Amino acid sequence: MGSTSAENGAGKSTDDAAARHGAGGVGRRALIKRSAALGLASVPAMGLLSACASGGGGDESNDDTRGETSKDNPFGVKKGTKLDVVIFKGGYGDDYAKAWEAAFRKKWGVTSTHTGTQEITGKLQPRFNAGNPPDIVDNSGAQKIKIDVLYRNGQLLDLAEVLDAPSVDDPSKKVRDTVIPGTLDPGLQEGKVVALNYIYTVWGLWYSGKLFEEKGWEVPKTWADFLAICKDAKSQGIGGLAHQGKYPYYINVAIMDLIAKKGGLDAMKAIDNLDPKAFAGSDAAQAAVEAVYEVVEKGYLMPGTNGLDHTESQTRWNQYKAAFITSGSWLENEQLKQTPPDFDMKFLPMPLLEGSEMPFEAIRAGSGEPFIIPAKARNLPAAKEFMRMMLSREWSTLFAKEANSLTILKDGVDPSVQLRPGTQSTVEASKAAGDNTFRFLYTEWYSEMDTAIQNASNELMARRIQPKEWLKRAQAAVDKAAKDPASKKNRRD
Amino acid sequence: MRKGQYRFVAGFLLVPVALYLIFVIWPYIQTFGYSLTDWKGQSQTFSFVGLDNYEALFRDDIFMGAIWHNILFLVFIPVITILLALFFAFMLNAGGRGRAGGVSGVAGSKFYRVVYFFPQVLSLAILAVLFRAVYRSDGGGMLNGALVKLGLVDADRPVEWLNEPDFVLWALIVVVVWHGVGFYLVLFSAAMQSIPKDIYEAALIDGASRGQSFFRITLPLLWDSVQTAWVYLGIAAMDMFILVSTMTSGEFGGGPDHHSEVMATVMMRNFLYYGKSGYACAMGVIMLLLTLILSVVMLRATRRERIEF
Repeated sequence: MGSTSAENGAGKSTDDAAARHGAGGVGRRALIKRSAALGLASVPAMGLLSACASGGGGDESNDDTRGETSKDNPFGVKKGTKLDVVIFKGGYGDDYAKAWEAAFRKKWGVTSTHTGTQEITGKLQPRFNAGNPPDIVDNSGAQKIKIDVLYRNGQLLDLAEVLDAPSVDDPSKKVRDTVIPGTLDPGLQEGKVVALNYIYTVWGLWYSGKLFEEKGWEVPKTWADFLAICKDAKSQGIGGLAHQGKYPYYINVAIMDLIAKKGGLDAMKAIDNLDPKAFAGSDAAQAAVEAVYEVVEKGYLMPGTNGLDHTESQTRWNQYKAAFITSGSWLENEQLKQTPPDFDMKFLPMPLLEGSEMPFEAIRAGSGEPFIIPAKARNLPAAKEFMRMMLSREWSTLFAKEANSLTILKDGVDPSVQLRPGTQSTVEASKAAGDNTFRFLYTEWYSEMDTAIQNASNELMARRIQPKEWLKRAQAAVDKAAKDPASKKNRRD
Repeated sequence: MRKGQYRFVAGFLLVPVALYLIFVIWPYIQTFGYSLTDWKGQSQTFSFVGLDNYEALFRDDIFMGAIWHNILFLVFIPVITILLALFFAFMLNAGGRGRAGGVSGVAGSKFYRVVYFFPQVLSLAILAVLFRAVYRSDGGGMLNGALVKLGLVDADRPVEWLNEPDFVLWALIVVVVWHGVGFYLVLFSAAMQSIPKDIYEAALIDGASRGQSFFRITLPLLWDSVQTAWVYLGIAAMDMFILVSTMTSGEFGGGPDHHSEVMATVMMRNFLYYGKSGYACAMGVIMLLLTLILSVVMLRATRRERIEF
């Protein structure tokens, strides 16, 4: 029966199989017998639990992958060993990693098995569970394994050893000191860096330089200017703001960034630290949500944007169907094929609400694309060396060339590399921002709370709830996370 | 049976039974075991928490809501699919005007049969992509595009089919029914063709109308097939994972705001995204129980005297 078995997709419990046999004519008797057997069978399960608990492959000695350490080889990489690399093949592709692996093989004589995939969880969860993880993983995309979950299970290597090793380019410096300040923070769990967020990302609004020139629009610095452009756009049959409605993550960038800019770093930290007044009773939060809701209420959203997924809405925006879109700096590479050659993609910090604490230039900036080394990796020395090489100028430049994006390495791109307009504009924006950068961490720390706030935002954008209700729901999500004993230890100052 | 034959038969049965135990029964037992722990799904460390997960389940509004959505699917998907399939099958096999005294389908029924069966050829993944394009929330969507052209929908406010709490479940039901009708049509057709033509002819001579011959002859003689269809569709309605997770918003679908959540999507989100795998296993056990109960109840409720012909 093709149809019903096809419906048994991933994640579908196999329960139905038993019932289906019953349906096929075997009859009720067999069915009842089977369920009775199940009942009996579940009794010994209690005893078997302890067996499961000790089932995960114990601590294997990694001696066969460890070589002599030296000044140039701080981790003791051994020639002829193998490295198991898994790369998320998303907006940045995985060509950059192939280029790295070739360079690694040339230098260290370590061959790698390369896996480029979008199904990180599906491919890796069984391996983590079995105690047989890869050596280095780019744990990103919609199906990444949550870092907080991995960390709580003791699966992640503390990266301090790599970060304190001498830099490849300048052995007098530690690796830690060659990266842009603050970019290691998102990889923190309980004070330890367990994930290296390798790509330098800025978040905010994006527009087409060509469209703006054509229409004579100035880059808006205040929310009022922003609304004025949206209004003008609408009168000309263009949507104002587009967002990737199927994934409310993106509109949360707008809401949360307005909160941070209006209320300053304290408003941001209140949310990350699960403050009982993070949203309810916060003037900044109220002003921000009301401002975004104004866009909805006045009909400045691109028609239908609430139900579109990221590629659909971004492509519409590339077709000049909307003036602005919210996204991070992976946008340009992701849309490479859909962007007209003269589109002139440009980045713009969130415009200011009245009485904001931060200047217009302030941006949400930080690092994305977390690379992790599993604690039980077979070839730890090579994995650590691989990560150290990633933070060399040579590899950072390779990345910029292959993936059209910046890395967290300070001045990490060779000046000979020509950047695309969007990436170039993020370089300028982050220079202008200087120290005025901020970065929310609750998304990495509290998945459930993040989901609840995203749901509320989706309702807000669809006009099914009002800003007041949004604040209430967001605060409820914060309060719920605060009560969960599993998430007590994260705190930022 | 002669001596020695038992051993021979048992020898053949042993391997399949062992395979069944290992790959079907053992995972159930493991799942049940995990459901009593706080397993997080990324390693083999966890501790025993007794029935805490089950207790939490009954206070979980999202999971409870998901059960209700499954029940709604359970009520509507089998009924609509079977009724449509029966109607079409009857028309194709016995619905033609009694030309020259014979019993036949409407004109061109062979062609229709192929057309109706066609959706069945598509996998659910393709179906999801296809219907995402149909339900697309801007003017580029098939439905919205047509409605805007007809002037029924304001181009500035297209209907966000899959983002409307009131529409999303119905939008999904349409997809499942669209997909399923063809298959059950063929199933019922096969059963109808095995009904002796003389019965119809006798009815025709006695002056039975189409409706009468359907309700008095066709349906009673088809009851076994309908019953089978009912159970299969019921099980499909308890699942719905692929369609919901790929078509609706949210991590593993279920959006907007949990309005299209089914048990499987809530389970997957807890299992993989929130790292509450033990809790998700408890959901799996509940799903197993509900599906078993459902099958037993449906087989019981539809039991009838078998009509021999």
